Amino acid sequence: MKNFKRMAYPYMVWIAIMILVPMLLIFMYAFTVKGNSVTTFRFTLENFGMFFKDTVFIDVLKRSLFIALATTIICILIGYPAAYIISQSNGRQEFILILLVTMPTWINMLVRTYAWVGILQDNGIINNLLVMLGFERIKLLHTSFAVILGMVYNFVPFMILQIHSSLAKMDKSLLEAASDLGANKVQAFLRVTLPLSLPGVISGITLVFLPAVSSFFIPKLLGGGQYVLIGNVIENQFLTAGNWNFGSAISLIMTVIILISMYITKKVDKGEDSKGGFVR
Amino acid sequence: MRKNKSKIPSTIFIVLLMIFFYAPIIYTIVFSFNGSKSLTHWSGFSLRWYEKMFSSRSMTDAMWYTFTIAIISTIVSTGVGTIAAIGLSKCRKILRNVVERVNDLPILNPDIVTAIGLLMFFSAIGLKKGFMTMLLAHIMFCIPYVMLSVTPKLRTLDPNLADAALDLGATPWQALTKVIIPQIMPGIISGALIAFTMSFDDFVISYFVTGNGVNNISILVYTMSKRINPSINALSTIIILIITTALLIINIVPIIKERKAKKQ
Repeated sequence: MKNFKRMAYPYMVWIAIMILVPMLLIFMYAFTVKGNSVTTFRFTLENFGMFFKDTVFIDVLKRSLFIALATTIICILIGYPAAYIISQSNGRQEFILILLVTMPTWINMLVRTYAWVGILQDNGIINNLLVMLGFERIKLLHTSFAVILGMVYNFVPFMILQIHSSLAKMDKSLLEAASDLGANKVQAFLRVTLPLSLPGVISGITLVFLPAVSSFFIPKLLGGGQYVLIGNVIENQFLTAGNWNFGSAISLIMTVIILISMYITKKVDKGEDSKGGFVR
Repeated sequence: MRKNKSKIPSTIFIVLLMIFFYAPIIYTIVFSFNGSKSLTHWSGFSLRWYEKMFSSRSMTDAMWYTFTIAIISTIVSTGVGTIAAIGLSKCRKILRNVVERVNDLPILNPDIVTAIGLLMFFSAIGLKKGFMTMLLAHIMFCIPYVMLSVTPKLRTLDPNLADAALDLGATPWQALTKVIIPQIMPGIISGALIAFTMSFDDFVISYFVTGNGVNNISILVYTMSKRINPSINALSTIIILIITTALLIINIVPIIKERKAKKQ
């Protein structure tokens, strides 16, 4: 039996090289400046200063946070009712609906995002419909609206699936107990279902906010070349400008923002928990 | 009667949601058969974009690279991931926790962070960007998913089973292949499926670590989308059909089997 232990050792070497070393490289590049070879490692915060002193980058950061936040909120507003309705339907219907929600997520994101380019164009389907109904054409493609729409479209299934799985795990007899104890439907929902489904909402927020804040192909495809989010800045630093040090620093800033927002979400979750203390 | 009435708004909501999900996909499929270059005006059925796609070297190359890399990285990551998960299940808890934490990094980190880390790593060791770097990157991010789906199956496995096999004279290799692996097979298969789709659909990591004209389908769609090109729709349609059929088979075959078993 002990022999089997050895089977894990090669993989430990592999993750040290393929996962830990690249992460270490990001730190090393972020705290050094260009032209500084590894042997003459000189610690500097210049890259971070460059980012926070430049209003252009601060604006990009603000815009990225706004887009990610808006996407997350819309995903909750669509995802929660959808998950709730699905969890209320009977066995076979529930299975089919979950399959229908899952299926798009298996299709290539680039392909699904590109589909919206044709739909949102100035002479696309939506604008043609508006004209037929007697309205004026509106600019849809290359706006913040298009970017948020694309993100919601790509990420809302994750929210639905997370909330649904926490609703499906819920013990239905708790609702009966609540109504036996005199709670009406709204009270039962607010004090039993909602607190119990919060873990699903929290992991849903993680699965939506994280890709939304770091995405760079959705803003490029639907926002146009001029629409820059933080992911586009990183892409540009690595593949066009060639300043890996600055690019690494920005990606560290982005990671810290993600960690902070995860921390806040978890804190909020804990706060809610202690309020609804009777549901255990 | 009252119950039915209260269901109408929720039915409408779900129908609208499904339209939102599937309209763009159907739109892509329909316009891949459009006669003209327009993405908005329908001008008769034609297969010209499919012809154009198959005669375009960059498109057939991209399909070839996507499939080859997905297949190789699925096989390698499923093998390595399964072996590592079995070995790890016998290791001390501290070691296990450390490996699981490190494994979580590529899953929890934004793709772009993993991507730039690998880009700098490959350049540091002097590996030229291309097929090899893309394949290594795909294997790297697929293994944690395989382990995530194999490990729970190993937890439910009775640890005495392998001991019993060894006591009865089986070699460790036999105990592994005849006792442990058959028991955790469902986990291995679902791990392989996840690995395949992760690799098949990957864009961000591939985009950063590739070079030398080695593109997968996602990268091609990204670079070609700057101009209107209906061949992208044709390519998309083929991807959609492949993935949907595979998914339907995976989900529906077990139900049909179950039903047959019930009848008998």
